[in-house]
Amino acid sequence: MVAAPDVTRPPHRSKPPAAKARRRLSWANLRRGGLPYLFLLPAVCFELLVHVIPMLVGIWISFKQLTQFFIRDWSAAPGAGLRNYRIALNFDNAVGKQLLHSFFVTLSFTVLVVALSWLLGSGAAVLMQDRFKGRGLLRTYFLVPYALPAYTAAITWEFIFQRDNGLLNQIIVHELHLTKTAPFWLIGDNSFTALVITAVWRTWPFAFLVVTAGMQSIPGDLYEAAAIDGAGVWQRIRKITMPSLRPVNQVLLLVLFLWNFNDFNTPFVLFGSVPPAQSNLLSLQIYDTSFQNWNFGSGAAMSVLLLLFLLLVTAVYLVATNRRKSTEHV
Amino acid sequence: MSDAVKHRSPTAPPRSFIWTRRIALTLLGLFTGIPLWVMVSSSVKSLVEVQNAFHWLPTHLTLSPYIDMWSTVPLGHYFLNSAIVASCSTAVSVVIAVFAAYAVSRYRFAGRKVFSVTVLSTQMFPGILFLLPLYLIFVNIGNSTGIQLSDTRLGLIITFLTFTLPFSIWMLVGYFDSIPRDLDEAASVDGSGPISTLFKILVPAALPGIVTVAVYSFMTAWGEVLFASVMTDDSTRTLAVGLRDYASQNDVYWNQIMAASLVVSIPVVAGFLLMQKYLIAGLTAGAVK
Repeated sequence: MVAAPDVTRPPHRSKPPAAKARRRLSWANLRRGGLPYLFLLPAVCFELLVHVIPMLVGIWISFKQLTQFFIRDWSAAPGAGLRNYRIALNFDNAVGKQLLHSFFVTLSFTVLVVALSWLLGSGAAVLMQDRFKGRGLLRTYFLVPYALPAYTAAITWEFIFQRDNGLLNQIIVHELHLTKTAPFWLIGDNSFTALVITAVWRTWPFAFLVVTAGMQSIPGDLYEAAAIDGAGVWQRIRKITMPSLRPVNQVLLLVLFLWNFNDFNTPFVLFGSVPPAQSNLLSLQIYDTSFQNWNFGSGAAMSVLLLLFLLLVTAVYLVATNRRKSTEHV
Repeated sequence: MSDAVKHRSPTAPPRSFIWTRRIALTLLGLFTGIPLWVMVSSSVKSLVEVQNAFHWLPTHLTLSPYIDMWSTVPLGHYFLNSAIVASCSTAVSVVIAVFAAYAVSRYRFAGRKVFSVTVLSTQMFPGILFLLPLYLIFVNIGNSTGIQLSDTRLGLIITFLTFTLPFSIWMLVGYFDSIPRDLDEAASVDGSGPISTLFKILVPAALPGIVTVAVYSFMTAWGEVLFASVMTDDSTRTLAVGLRDYASQNDVYWNQIMAASLVVSIPVVAGFLLMQKYLIAGLTAGAVK
């Protein structure tokens, strides 16, 4: 069902070691040996162009005092040493304080969105595991938010969150009479809630999709055996479904974390380039530093710090989950 | 429910489960559906109506937003820009990825692992990391060679490769790996060279996968906001940024925004739903990997 790329691919059979040993330096052999590189050449060129070189340039400019005066000729920008990093990490001054603040905003945003999306996604997947009328249609329907372009989804939510003519205030003020005065949703404390709701709306279908696919690889006789032994449906979910999904969930949670931590589309469309402080995610903060304040050196330093953090989280997560897996098999 | 009563097989769910399912799925259905309803219903309302308190149903059904949206902002132009940029970056990355995936899937060579890890890891990096340097590189290229890249479609196509390319390579390696090697070995025994093996055996066999990758790349490019907001100007603006223009100083044309949002969503949602089966298999394989 799932065309999973296999980690441990069997060694290529057409090239046994014996053939390798006999290989001589001839034009034909050279062409054969060079062939994979030839196929890879365009990809490597473009990888260099869009990933490797920009990353190196990014690291380089993070050590430069690159402001708007040097954009035209940024190689002439004076060196800044570690200054950009010192400023970003000095939590007593304004820039550092703001960065730290948006780091915690981003972290809580990400944790909330990942947790809620995972709960909704696996909940729906578990409940929809058995056949019932309309299941296929409902599955397709649930995927629509994920299929929509990110900005149309966020724009629609922006409309829902409008203070005077939005749907949300219509419901809570005029239909349910929860409050007398209509609250603002896109500025102030509520903006964080608005951001989380919008992100969850778009993210949970993906969790649903992945968990659903993961469940298809659980053998059905496992459930039958458990049922014959007298296990109820809730017990089967707890004892069979959830443990079987563990490897799937491990990857899913990491992917969701990285996506949401890097999310730019949702807050940018919802709030514009200057978000309320309560919802100032890191990607917006870096965007702001770079393209609103034209301080590229500082923006680059922040990007590098963000990358280091993500690498650290990923490494720790992978080590932690792998260790558990390997002790399990002992 | 009636089938649960009729034959109670040992795995038949109990009532508590069925009711939990009904309630939970109804709530999720509402959560999913309300924004969609807001989109649809607001797109057939008059401007006065969308500027006043929200109503679930339009009091005056009008199709004028669907007509006016093309002239309020140059939507057609933005549409064209998005279509060109998204399809070009998709086409380029899929073609490059087919060759790269062939090499990675079918050959052992020094540097294979390094290449795979690089491709995979760039997928998790934040876009902002590449945006900043790419912007500066483009400015520099423009200054030193006169080739304008920022604010052009070509520049945007290149920047979109930062996310379409690694994704395409990674997915296609997966698809090629799932095709039995016996097939291309048989072809090479029959005297078929590497290139013709690729195009006669692997590409046809992986065609659903290739189409899926293309559809998904197109979708991501169609929905991209970050690069589009920096790398475009008035003439090259894509839909992602262009829909902002419906908000003028005095009025926000919410009815036209919703109509335009629906129209620009239709191509990708249709593509997604048509390719649903393959997309899900591919995406989840990528994620589960």
